[in-house]
Amino acid sequence: MEFAISVLISGISVGGQYALIAIGYTMVYGILRLINFAHGDVFMVAGLLGIYLSASLPLYLSLPLVLVLTVALGFCIERVAYKPLRSAPRMSVMISAIGVSYLIQNTATYITGGQPMTYPTIPFLSDTVKIAGTSTKWVTILTPFLVLALVLALTQLINHTKTGMAMRAVAKDFETSQLMGIKINSVISVTFVIGSALAAVGSMLYFTNFQAITPTAGALPGLRAFVAAVVGGIGSIPGAVVGAFIIGICENVIKSTEFTVFSDAGTFALLILILVLKPTGLFGEKVTDKV
Amino acid sequence: MKKFLASVLSAALLLGALAGCGGNPSAPSGSGTPAASTPIATDKVIKIGVFEPASGDSASGGKKEMLGMQYANSVTPTVEIGGETYTVQLVPSDNGSSTDKAPSAAADLVAKDVAIVLGSYGSGVSMAASDTFKEAGIAAMGVTCTNPNVTAGNDHYFRICFLDNFQAQVLANFAQDKFQAKTAYCLGETGNEYDQGLIAFFEQVFTANGGKVIKDSFPNNNSDFNSYLNKAKAEGADVIFTPVSIAYATQIITQAQSLGITAPFLGSDTLDDNMVLDAANGTDIQLYVSTFYQEGGAPDFDAGIKEYINSNSSAKDANGGNDTIAAVTAMGYDAYYVALEAMKAAGSADPAAIKSALPGVTYTGVSGAIAFDDIGDAIRDTAYIKHSTNTGAWELETVQTAN
Amino acid sequence: MTQQKNKKGAVLALLGCLLLLAAVVLLENVSVFLPPESVPNVLKPTSQLFAVLKKGAVYSLAAVSMNLLNGFTGLFSLGQAGFMLLGAYTYAILSVPVAERAAVYYLYGGSAVNFSFQDLFGSLFGTEGVGGAVSMGLGVMAAMVLAGCVAAAFAYLIGLPVLRLKSDYLAIATLGFAEIIKAVFQWQALGPVTNGANMIKSFPTFSSFNITGAGGKVILRLSTFFPFLVAILCIAVICMLINSSYGRAFKAIREDEIAAEAMGINLAKHKMLSFCTSAFFAGVSGALFAMFVTNAQAKVYTTTMTYEILLIVVIGGIGSISGSCIATFLYVACSEWWLRFLDNETVLASGVKLPFLRSGFRMVVFSVVIMIVVLFFRRGIMGDKELPDLFRRRKTRKEAAQ
Repeated sequence: MEFAISVLISGISVGGQYALIAIGYTMVYGILRLINFAHGDVFMVAGLLGIYLSASLPLYLSLPLVLVLTVALGFCIERVAYKPLRSAPRMSVMISAIGVSYLIQNTATYITGGQPMTYPTIPFLSDTVKIAGTSTKWVTILTPFLVLALVLALTQLINHTKTGMAMRAVAKDFETSQLMGIKINSVISVTFVIGSALAAVGSMLYFTNFQAITPTAGALPGLRAFVAAVVGGIGSIPGAVVGAFIIGICENVIKSTEFTVFSDAGTFALLILILVLKPTGLFGEKVTDKV
Repeated sequence: MKKFLASVLSAALLLGALAGCGGNPSAPSGSGTPAASTPIATDKVIKIGVFEPASGDSASGGKKEMLGMQYANSVTPTVEIGGETYTVQLVPSDNGSSTDKAPSAAADLVAKDVAIVLGSYGSGVSMAASDTFKEAGIAAMGVTCTNPNVTAGNDHYFRICFLDNFQAQVLANFAQDKFQAKTAYCLGETGNEYDQGLIAFFEQVFTANGGKVIKDSFPNNNSDFNSYLNKAKAEGADVIFTPVSIAYATQIITQAQSLGITAPFLGSDTLDDNMVLDAANGTDIQLYVSTFYQEGGAPDFDAGIKEYINSNSSAKDANGGNDTIAAVTAMGYDAYYVALEAMKAAGSADPAAIKSALPGVTYTGVSGAIAFDDIGDAIRDTAYIKHSTNTGAWELETVQTAN
Repeated sequence: MTQQKNKKGAVLALLGCLLLLAAVVLLENVSVFLPPESVPNVLKPTSQLFAVLKKGAVYSLAAVSMNLLNGFTGLFSLGQAGFMLLGAYTYAILSVPVAERAAVYYLYGGSAVNFSFQDLFGSLFGTEGVGGAVSMGLGVMAAMVLAGCVAAAFAYLIGLPVLRLKSDYLAIATLGFAEIIKAVFQWQALGPVTNGANMIKSFPTFSSFNITGAGGKVILRLSTFFPFLVAILCIAVICMLINSSYGRAFKAIREDEIAAEAMGINLAKHKMLSFCTSAFFAGVSGALFAMFVTNAQAKVYTTTMTYEILLIVVIGGIGSISGSCIATFLYVACSEWWLRFLDNETVLASGVKLPFLRSGFRMVVFSVVIMIVVLFFRRGIMGDKELPDLFRRRKTRKEAAQ
């Protein structure tokens, strides 16, 4: 029983952290139809920034600075690597994303020298707490609530502000919204800014829980979050969140059985099953081909 | 404008390619010390290839191993071969900890005319590069690659460390003697031959002695170990055996602390590392590792290398920012001297002569006496087991010998 | 008229391939024919050049097979590494000589599959001398064909459910299958067949094709020739497929599925054909890859490998076979050979230490180069042109000028 609860708790917590990354994937996809492979690496860079900044600055300064710098990184990536390719075939943009991901990982290897780095402990969040007989960190308990709050704020932004309306319009029809006078580039930049900010918050939660950062530390959560976004129906924010919790819990349940070899394969099997049953994911829009 | 930029760039690319082509026959500028073509090199130079990972999963271990060789090189930069004095030059090549990059990294060393190769830290890369060295007729000497298949079935690969089956046996016996362990929880990385091999050998010994083993594996790049550790707790494991690479080990230790795991952790030689020691610092985790060398075993060496590390910032970075001596560093140091002994015994700088002289070499290094058996493995029957004091140091627990 | 042109083109292409093969054999055997002192370093058999050429040949087949799917049929699949893994393991399992199996499968007390093609042919043709060479060659060929078939069979099974999916969903589903296949091969329960996490080795590799005389001295080197031969044969088959009516159907599907369907092209059938063919050749290239690294181990066949090949395909030009091949060699040589000097701390003769140069810098520069190529050559090096097209265009331009 105790074990079951602990599995569930870590599943929900990890799911929450995946959700924050998955939103970044899904928003970018919704607007640009681009799988932003570099997103997981932006998440990793946010972690590294946290380490380097908190080495010289107090936490109350370094954490906001991490947020700002990560947002700047996301913005720059879009401007440098994706914007020039807006009229290019979709495959080129995706390759550009893979290239950026390569570049970030290799630069991180170069700077850290390939050594795993240790994330600083954040007071309170890193403290241990006992729940229903299993002990865990505060961050594990708080993550789902924080995620829900952030997602609610985000939906408010999208549904009730002018920028949000522009984002919805661009997602619906890229060209028409351009004709309607929406500044496409600024809308896309806002999307990347939001995605990167959420990834930065996600990195703080995730790396407080799992403290070692290697240059490839973003790859696995990135891939899982992406799978989550697809399960939920890529392009849909509630879908991404629900998908992330499903993937997080599912992954931890498999880890608790004796088939741990399949903890990755299991999530992919679930993904394929869902795609076969519902080809655009749980909450995805039905695509109709225009002739 | 764009077209212009594109053409300039492509021209630059092409030039680069040509430069690469043209530059190579005359052997590229190479490693840290001046290449053979510079004026200083009027004396004879003999090159030792250092085939170690500087990137990827095992970068941390590979750099520490190389540190031992660099230190040895700074202590003894020359060797007397057949009455002539040769300057020894270390030629590093990064195998990226990955078996698909290993063959070309090995070819890089061969192309630079090394006389003998030291390395690698991991067994997989050693096996992948084995044929390249074999074809070139160069002897290779594994420093800490513990998988039986590295040396089996060939006459050019040697090693100076003990093997996985010995190490696993030592740890399994230790678990049952010291903790009267009945149930062991084993956790390794999926698809990693080092982790899974040790776990398989451990299981053989442990179950033969009447114990029960629960085996789990985690995916590559995993960082969430909560469910595994909770499972170990729920299953009532008496010991937790984690022969994993350094980055994973630090994660496991810190997460075990916050989950309040009380069962002792057993680790293999990879866990004998500063990063792991740091992670255990200030926790209540009981951590035991089996290894090749314990600090204090050779005081002169300890003092010398600490001075070397502290006086050289890049060496300190490679060692993880402090001067605790990793066992792999001591092994790298010994490997260098074994290579020199082989050169002296061969009486020639010819790789083939060195290769045929190597099996007969005996040497007493800081990690103990080294001699090779028929397969090319070191005859070693000693493993050190030490535990973390959780104040940032290792303490020798026991010295185990094969029974 | 066009018929004639095509025939002329085919003859030219054939000639080109033969010339290339001859050049490879010559290059490789310089060290055999010339006295050792006069062989330049770069042409010595263990030089980086040959490592790059071998890997390039292997990867170009992988890239072209991926291009067939992604570039010519417009099916966005990321399952390449999975199919290569299937091919590599099939080849390895069927090629390890029975005598070596106990040593290779030492953790499992021997292999569950006690059969190898080499031994089978060996019992027919003998194991020594010419007979031995014939049985080794036939054994390798048979295992390689089977490697392709196994990959294609799996592709068929995977294709049944997933080929209905559209673009990115198809990509992620195939990527998922590759991961699942990898996990299955790493599963200890299948150890007696797959050797679990351990690598399978001791099977014939490229250097087994070198012809040695008495005393182990090499008479003729064919270790680079062999991967080139296989890659060229396979790529030629793919070319023929692309230039056939099937190929035109593939391109029609790429351009517009609905229009293609309206023209009477059976979508499901053609997509499946393209998917399985691509997987077949990916399987063969996987077998070649296993021979190149001299072992088969599941953990190498990661999504990163798929991305690498995709990168090559796009850099070469989506829908250009010669582009894929050229890009492969440039990519492999850049990442593993030409830029390697960047990894070493270098002190100039004047005592100045070059900044930035230390281990890891090579990969940073390499990824910057890739980004530049991607950003400024958005259609790849070749676009959708083939090598002969370039000459043809120049000729027509010259004619126009006159």
